Amino acid sequence: METVRKELPLARSMCWHCQSDIGGEYFCGQCVKVQPLSKDIDYFTCLGLPRKLNIDTGSLETKFYEMSRAFHPDFYEGKSEMERTVSLANSAILNQAYRTLKDPIQRVEYLLRLEAGSAKDIPGKAPTDLFETLLEIQEHLEALHAVKARNNPATEGIVAQLKTEKSTLDAKRAALESRLAELFHIWDRLVEKSSHDQPFKAEKEQALKEMRDILSQRTYLNTMLANIAEALV
Amino acid sequence: MARIVGIDLGTTNSLIAYMNGKAPAVIADAEGHILVPSIVAYTPDGLVVGDTAKEQLVRNPERTVYSVKRFMGQGLADVTQELHYFPYKLTEQHGVIRLHVGDKALTPPEISAMILKQLKYRAEVFFGEEIRKVVITVPAYFNDSQRQATKDAGKIAGLEVVRIVNEPTAASLAYGLQKRKQGLIAVYDLGGGTFDISILKLKGGIFEVLATNGNTHLGGDDFDRRLMDVITSELKSKRGVSVEGQPALQQEIRIRTEQAKCALSTDTSTVVRLPLPDGNGEYRRTFSRAEVEALVQDLVEKTLGPTRQALADAGLTPTDIDEVILVGGSTRMPLIQQNVQALFGKHPHCEINPDEVVALGAAVQAGILAGGIQDMLLLDVTPLTLGIETMGGVMSSLIRRNTTIPTSAKEMFTTFVDGQTSVDIHILQGERELAKDNRSLARFQLKIPALPAAVPRIEVMFMIDANGILNVTARDVRTGEAQSLEVKPSHGLSDQDVERMIKDSFIFAQQDIKERQLIEARNEAESILRATEKALTRADRLVRPDELTTIRTAVADLQHALAGDDHRPIRRAIEALNQATHGLAERLLDSTLREALKDKKLSQIP
Repeated sequence: METVRKELPLARSMCWHCQSDIGGEYFCGQCVKVQPLSKDIDYFTCLGLPRKLNIDTGSLETKFYEMSRAFHPDFYEGKSEMERTVSLANSAILNQAYRTLKDPIQRVEYLLRLEAGSAKDIPGKAPTDLFETLLEIQEHLEALHAVKARNNPATEGIVAQLKTEKSTLDAKRAALESRLAELFHIWDRLVEKSSHDQPFKAEKEQALKEMRDILSQRTYLNTMLANIAEALV
Repeated sequence: MARIVGIDLGTTNSLIAYMNGKAPAVIADAEGHILVPSIVAYTPDGLVVGDTAKEQLVRNPERTVYSVKRFMGQGLADVTQELHYFPYKLTEQHGVIRLHVGDKALTPPEISAMILKQLKYRAEVFFGEEIRKVVITVPAYFNDSQRQATKDAGKIAGLEVVRIVNEPTAASLAYGLQKRKQGLIAVYDLGGGTFDISILKLKGGIFEVLATNGNTHLGGDDFDRRLMDVITSELKSKRGVSVEGQPALQQEIRIRTEQAKCALSTDTSTVVRLPLPDGNGEYRRTFSRAEVEALVQDLVEKTLGPTRQALADAGLTPTDIDEVILVGGSTRMPLIQQNVQALFGKHPHCEINPDEVVALGAAVQAGILAGGIQDMLLLDVTPLTLGIETMGGVMSSLIRRNTTIPTSAKEMFTTFVDGQTSVDIHILQGERELAKDNRSLARFQLKIPALPAAVPRIEVMFMIDANGILNVTARDVRTGEAQSLEVKPSHGLSDQDVERMIKDSFIFAQQDIKERQLIEARNEAESILRATEKALTRADRLVRPDELTTIRTAVADLQHALAGDDHRPIRRAIEALNQATHGLAERLLDSTLREALKDKKLSQIP
């Protein structure tokens, strides 16, 4: 590893090299030098997308490849120190933006951070409608663990119950994900309809809240399903 | 732009390649050898590298270093299990292995630098110009310390390493360029000491690595050791010969088992013939391919786990893969080919020589960096998760494995007590929960202005560059000022170490191009001076007086130039003297010819 002390120029409306107005472009219209992406640029803006949740992954990839060709350090080897620094920083932002938006779950988590100021990791929360099932699973997991510890081969009963409970959780997760998909559409329609005069603030907040809740439950279910899978091995 | 060449710095062999117009090509030496054995030997005549060093393996085992790549960026604890296979003594200092060769203790980057110098020299002879910029390949699964050690080796060899490229991805570049492939490909790379698997998506000139995995201590060497173990134990039980304390015999066994393994790639059985020391005659042992395959089966299986993991990380199943490419000498083994074919359900490709494909790919990447190739772009990933140690010895991850590089992560640090002026940060790489089970990359101390607890806010940026090497920067969020970092690499050389090594890097007389040019120019000057004196005494009748003055002046000029240590004025003076003696030389030649022909008939003239 290496330590570097290069400072990146701050993104601004003027080209860092020739001071011409760059009007938000990635390359200066006058001297064609690469411009730094704003430190606070959001990933949707970076990839030229509206803040919508349904993204065509094919065109996202095309855009990512196109921008990689513009920013990647491979194309700046013979350039000035400053251009190389900008290319490295821009590529890093671009790669993170693509990685985040490519995956629907990471995409919505990111949107929640942008729109609702959620923490980086949304904590897991047990789905209340499955409270009893979850308690039973907890019991069965403990029982299985105890039986295994005593080298008792009679585990079939508990294993069968855990398998049934696992399918209940699988079904719940699928239901959550399909509701999430609906919410993606609801959100996108709100974005399309909203304007300065009619921001649909309350409706948007409602959708964000429900999405956040679904993600919490989903995280919880994933942990529980992983525990079951581990116990059943 | 200056020329950039590509180097495959291998465990067993190394080679160098360049872009010859639109196609990459390897550079051979005067005898036509392409591979430089990655071996360095200290002989009474000095340091030798490559084929000459290979001859020293048995003659001079304790002073002949091979497979040094296995030690790059490693501490002694990382290699304890294989130590007894190496005849030279190893110690550790500041987390870095030292190899004891004769009276010297050298680090792996210093040894690797000697191999790099040999390749540099080869390219300089080929191009007739100095080579400074290189792309060097490393196993995709190399961690930060191993990559940094490779970069240090380049520096010590007097090279600027413009890019570290992963071997399997380099191979994909060579294939992509030559075969214009598209779709999903898997590169299975089993070399002399390392195994890599990379899954890539090739589309419109973009080579996007989706996932990579591997094992940096699994390769052909390990296969050889299985055979060596058989012979070693049989020698003891059947012939009462112990190899312990007999490094020459150990090397002999190693070389012959390697040959046997290679022979079994084409033959179904082979005989190892081993001359025993102290008049114990010869030991013979027949190995069938089936027996050897049984001996190494578990090693081959050790490659399949990482392969499946890489596929899973890419979100793919084996049948999604359009083409499988084999790289590395060890993939010549039919057993490997069968296992790979069984896993992917398709016949693997190996049209490009598996020994050369990585170097060719490095040349392609060099071509991209030099601007000669504009339609291709490699988007590689970091192979291991990067994190820091947090409370309770747990690793908190900052950058997940298989993230496209360059990439960065930011972390905010503050203080817990009033007036605290530093925070210690321990950087790790690996996939395990606990810090102690992961690779320690470095520890650094973050300097913080003395303020009440929790007031300072220092943002640390972890940036993995396109070489897969970590760069750390810190800034005080309140003031916006950069904060200083003192990094102590866990298994690496400090900047000062590298500087010192560059300085006392062995003056490899025949390798140091300037010195060599000077020596050559001096030798030529001395021989032309001798020849001129001789001609002047023998042919004083033939010299015109004005000509004699010119020649005398040119001789004096050359003698003057010889006193300096720059080869260029010597060359110019040689040229001037040649001009001055040109007429005389012709006349002399004519007269000598007449003398020679005087008593001969025409038919006797050849």
